Amino acid sequence: MPTTFSRRRFLGTAAATGAAALAAPSIVSAAQPLKVGTYGGFFEDSFKQFIFPEFTKATGIEVNSVAVPTGETWLVQIKNAARAKTAPADVSLMAGIPRSNGADQKVFKSLDDSKIPNLSNMPDTFKDRYEDGSLYGVGAVSWYITLCTNSDEIPDAPDSWAALWDEQYKDQIGLLGLASNSHMLEVTAATFFGGTDILDTKEGIQQVFDKLSELVPNVRLWYKDEGAFQQALQDGEIPMGQYYHDVAGLAAAEGFPVVSTFPKEGAIVDSGYWIVPEHAKPMDEIHEFINFIAAPETQALLSRNVGTSPVIDPALTDLTAEELAAVSSPKAPIIPRYDIYKDHGNWISDTWSQMIAG
Amino acid sequence: MQTSALSRYIGLIPSSVMIGAFFVIPFVLILLTSVSTPTDDGGYATSFDLQHFERFLTWFYIERALFSAGLCALIAVLSLLIAYPFTYFLTNFPPRTQTYWLIYILAQLSLSEVLIAFSWQILLSRTAGVANILVWIGVIEKSFAMTPSAGAVVAALVYLTVPFSVLLLFPALSRLDKSLIEASRTLGASPLRTFFTVVVPVTRPAIISGGVTVFVLTLGAIIVPQVLGKPEHWTLSVLITDQAIFNFNMPFASALAVVLLVLSATVIWLVTKFSGKKA
Repeated sequence: MPTTFSRRRFLGTAAATGAAALAAPSIVSAAQPLKVGTYGGFFEDSFKQFIFPEFTKATGIEVNSVAVPTGETWLVQIKNAARAKTAPADVSLMAGIPRSNGADQKVFKSLDDSKIPNLSNMPDTFKDRYEDGSLYGVGAVSWYITLCTNSDEIPDAPDSWAALWDEQYKDQIGLLGLASNSHMLEVTAATFFGGTDILDTKEGIQQVFDKLSELVPNVRLWYKDEGAFQQALQDGEIPMGQYYHDVAGLAAAEGFPVVSTFPKEGAIVDSGYWIVPEHAKPMDEIHEFINFIAAPETQALLSRNVGTSPVIDPALTDLTAEELAAVSSPKAPIIPRYDIYKDHGNWISDTWSQMIAG
Repeated sequence: MQTSALSRYIGLIPSSVMIGAFFVIPFVLILLTSVSTPTDDGGYATSFDLQHFERFLTWFYIERALFSAGLCALIAVLSLLIAYPFTYFLTNFPPRTQTYWLIYILAQLSLSEVLIAFSWQILLSRTAGVANILVWIGVIEKSFAMTPSAGAVVAALVYLTVPFSVLLLFPALSRLDKSLIEASRTLGASPLRTFFTVVVPVTRPAIISGGVTVFVLTLGAIIVPQVLGKPEHWTLSVLITDQAIFNFNMPFASALAVVLLVLSATVIWLVTKFSGKKA
C-alpha cells in the first residue's frame, strides 16, 4: 500500500514546524546549536561523522554544520553579513590569503586565551594575533602538498623538488595552476635560494620567477581540478607532480601505484584556522569548541579519520609513529608566504599567467 | 486600430521585463564593476577608474584576446566546412529521413560543454584513448596521450559547434529553390560548379550568420580550452574565470568581459557591414 501524505497531516506538520520556529527565539541562546563552518565535501562529511558527535557527547552542545566555500568567497559572505550585523557561522575554518585579508580588515572577533586552555599544546605559529596581541585565529588542521610520483613509471621516487627541473621529466609533470595555490614560488625559493626570504622584495620574486620558468617545458598539466591530476597520476599518464599528501595516501591505500614523498627541502604545509565572525554571539560555546578541537584526543581523531596533520605537539597525542608518519613528516615544512600575494597580488598573477602560457 | 496597437504593447511587456531584468541590469552592473576602484577593505567602490582596462593593455592580455578571436574564427570556418556539405546532402533526402537526422542532431545539443570536454579527454588519453587503436592496427608502437594539445581543443570545439551549424544552415538550404540547380545543370554546369556558383552564393546570408553565431558561441567556451589545452591555448574566457573565481578580482574580470563583448560586437559589426555591401 502506498504511503499517503494527507493534506491534514501536511497542515499538522506545517503548523508544528511553524510553532517551533516561533518558539525558537524565546529559548535561551545556550540551547541553540553552534553553527560550525567547514569546507563542503570531504571535510564537512568527515567532521559531521567523526568530530561533531564527539563534541556534543563531551559538552552537550549541539552542532549545526555549515558548508563553506574555500577561498575569498567565504570572506566576502562574512563581510556582507557583518553589514547586516549577523554572522553566517559562529566559528569557521579559513586558510591562507583570505584569513590574512580578513585580519587586515578586522572582520574577526578577538578570542579570550584563558578560555582555551588547550592553546598551550600549540606552537605560536598556529595562534594568529592582531597587532595589539589579541588572538583571532587558532589552528584547526594542517595538510601537506608533497612531491607525488607513480611508482610504475618512476620506480625511484626523487627526494628533492629539484627533480621538477630535471630535463628527463620533460612533459611529464603536473602542477597546481595558480601561483597562490601551488606555492611554487616558495618551493623554488626554498630549493634554490636557501629559503623564502628572497620573496621579501619584488626584485627577489622576479629572480625566483626566472628560475621557476625553467621548469615550464617539463609541465604537462597545470591543474585546477584535483580529480583530473589524480586520475592522470594513478594511470601513470602524468607520472609526477605536486599533490595533497592525504588524498595521495588514500589512493595508495586503494592499491594505486602512487607514492607521496616529503622532499628534503620540505613539503608545503597549509593549515585551516578557526576564525569567529565579528557578530557571532555564543562566545562561551565557541571557545569551548575551539578548545575541544585543540585537545590531543581530537587531533588524533582528525589524523586517523580525516588524514590531516596535528596542529599541536604530536607527542601529546596517542598517535603511533606509523600513524604520524602517514600524515606528516619531521622535516621542516615550507610555509606559504601569504603576504606576497597580498602585496603584489595582481603582478604575481599576471607574471604567473604569462609564464605558464610560455 | 488603437486597441490592437495597445495590445501589441501589452504583449511586449513580459519579454521586455525579462530582457530588462536578466540581460540589461546584469550588463550595466558589469560595466559599473569594470570601472570601479578597489577599496582598502578588499572590496570595490563605484567610480570611474580605468586601471583595470590599463592592466588589460599589456601584450600578454592583448595577445590572449587576439588568440581567442583567431581560434574562434578557425572553429567557425572548420565547423561550417563540415556542416555545410552535410546539410546540403541532407536536404536532398526524403523528409522522413531529414526529420530523423534533425532529431538526432538536436539531441546532440543536450550534451553540455563539460561532458564533451571530459569525454574527449578520455578519448585522447594514453590509457583509454584512440592511440590504443592505432597500436592495435600497427600504425604506432606505443600508445601516447593526445591531450593537452591545440589539436584536442580544436577537435572538441568543432565537435561542440557542428550541430549548431547544421541547424543554422538547414532552413536556408531546405528552402533553396531546386529549379536554380536544375537550370544551372541544364545550361551545362558540372555538379561541383553548380554547388560553388549557385548553391553557395544563394545561401550566403545563412553561412555568414551561422559563422558569426559559432564564433560568438566559441568565445564563451571555458571548459574545453582549460581541460584539453595547455595554458597557451587558454582563451580570454578562461582568464576571466580565473580572475572572478580564484583571485576574486571582480573589477578586472568585468573589464576583461567588457573587452570580450567589444571584441565580439566588432566582429559581428564588421561581418554584417562587409557582407551587406557585397550583397
